[in-house]
Amino acid sequence: MRESTLWFWHLLAGAVILILLALHMTIMHLDDLMGLLGLSHGDPIDQKIVFARSQQVFFMITYILLLGAALYHGLYGLRTILFELTLSRTLERTVNIILTVSGLALFVYGAYAAAVIYLMKEVQP
Amino acid sequence: MEKNKQHLKNKLGLLGWLGGGRYGMERYAYALHRLTGLGLLTYFILHIFVTGTRIAGPQAWQQTMQSFSTPWFKFGEFLIFVCFAYHGLNGLRLGITELGLMLGKPARPIYPYRSSVLRQRPFFVVVMILVAAMIVIGGTDFYLLNR
Amino acid sequence: MSQTSGPSEVVFDVLRYNPEKDAKPYRQEFTVAVTKGMTVLDGLVWIKENLDPTLSWRSSCRMGVCGSCGMFINGLPRLACANQVAHLHSDRVVIKPLPNFDIIKDLVPDLEAFFTRHRTVKPYLIRRAVEEQNQPTSEYFQSPQELVQYIQFAYCIKCGLCLSACPTVATDDRYLGPQALAQAWRYSADARDEGGKDREQEVYSSHGVFRCHFAGACSEVCPKGVDPAFAIQLLKQDLFKRKLSGCKEQHGSPVTAPITEAKENPKIPKAPAPTLTK
Repeated sequence: MRESTLWFWHLLAGAVILILLALHMTIMHLDDLMGLLGLSHGDPIDQKIVFARSQQVFFMITYILLLGAALYHGLYGLRTILFELTLSRTLERTVNIILTVSGLALFVYGAYAAAVIYLMKEVQP
Repeated sequence: MEKNKQHLKNKLGLLGWLGGGRYGMERYAYALHRLTGLGLLTYFILHIFVTGTRIAGPQAWQQTMQSFSTPWFKFGEFLIFVCFAYHGLNGLRLGITELGLMLGKPARPIYPYRSSVLRQRPFFVVVMILVAAMIVIGGTDFYLLNR
Repeated sequence: MSQTSGPSEVVFDVLRYNPEKDAKPYRQEFTVAVTKGMTVLDGLVWIKENLDPTLSWRSSCRMGVCGSCGMFINGLPRLACANQVAHLHSDRVVIKPLPNFDIIKDLVPDLEAFFTRHRTVKPYLIRRAVEEQNQPTSEYFQSPQELVQYIQFAYCIKCGLCLSACPTVATDDRYLGPQALAQAWRYSADARDEGGKDREQEVYSSHGVFRCHFAGACSEVCPKGVDPAFAIQLLKQDLFKRKLSGCKEQHGSPVTAPITEAKENPKIPKAPAPTLTK
């Protein structure tokens, strides 16, 4: 049942991403439209605003959650594509290992970055 | 199995993913889902490293962002927005259909057959209209309302 | 509907390949005079009888039942016998052997791997009480509603059109494919069956249901309305339901009470004695 568990998490991660990334996209890219609705707080990539956002607990946690969900969903998707190319069993196992290790490494790096920025003191205006 | 060696291989290969027949829209939606997924994954991994430059402080971040503020990067960002709108909404449709919803119920097949794919087609069309709407909304923000 | 609106002369553009002579397949054109109601298969038969006796394909019933004459006709995998030339609305009929199957000769695909896959999903009723199955005392109970749950999937004629249309089969040699998976669901959805667990290992393996992404082409080309894509999504739904509820043991429907009160009808003649005796 291992394969079905992986698939189950793929669906779940997809649902999480749909919600969180929609939020992320709205804040980052639909800022002008949000501005028309009176919901914008200025240029979303301005450094002050970026750092102010990164230092809120809510954003720090959602960043890490989104990071994990998106990495899992994306790398599982990549694994699906690779598995459909008729790889040998050994190569399939190698793909599993490479994707797991690189996924974990990216997650650790991203989560570390989010934590460091969250804890940065001197950038608060 | 000596004989089998004579048989000519006829697998469609990667081209088979893209279509190669007069199939319905869902089969092409599948190919696009794959393509946008790969695009999003590539962007996402780069995105982790780019946003990671914040560790080096606000100055480093400002510099990175400035080097990315060209029209081509803006277009690239818009493309990623479009990919997400498509992959997200089509993915929602796939999640719903993979759980057996919107497909109707098993029934005795009576000619002319109406497959589950046809039964979910109105749903598919609605999802594609939503994708188009999201692209229009995104395009408005990216290109009409200038910051 | 105007059934005879098609052109009266049609070019059959057929892919030819003889493993003993040709290094590569090539295309050959035949001009066929189309008569009313002529199917693509009729056209091929006419070519074989009048133009080229070496043209090879596989067919048998010529009425959409045996599933032998699957071919790639004008951009879709179809049964040659179930498609009239006039209904293709084209003065060219491009015929190729079914994609995703090896070519034995001309339009004859190699279906061996296909049947092997069909066998791996254990397409038969599995009961825990084997004794009752081998020496039945009566029949298994089944309501009309239970029959509807699987009957459409039982219409499969194993023509292989769905595998030709499937994008995953195009690259994945180990994928079970829409046909085998639909048959797995045909039996697992059967109220009399207890073999869901026995099929699980193959069906939910890394080359089972999860290689399906609902491109839907298999269901579109199925000539019998079997709808393999639907069966695969139902397999996933079933898995999801069992995951939420915690795996439950599958219990097949009970054996009905043995028929005791029935009397023989004197008007029905008795069956002749068996000609073979052991």
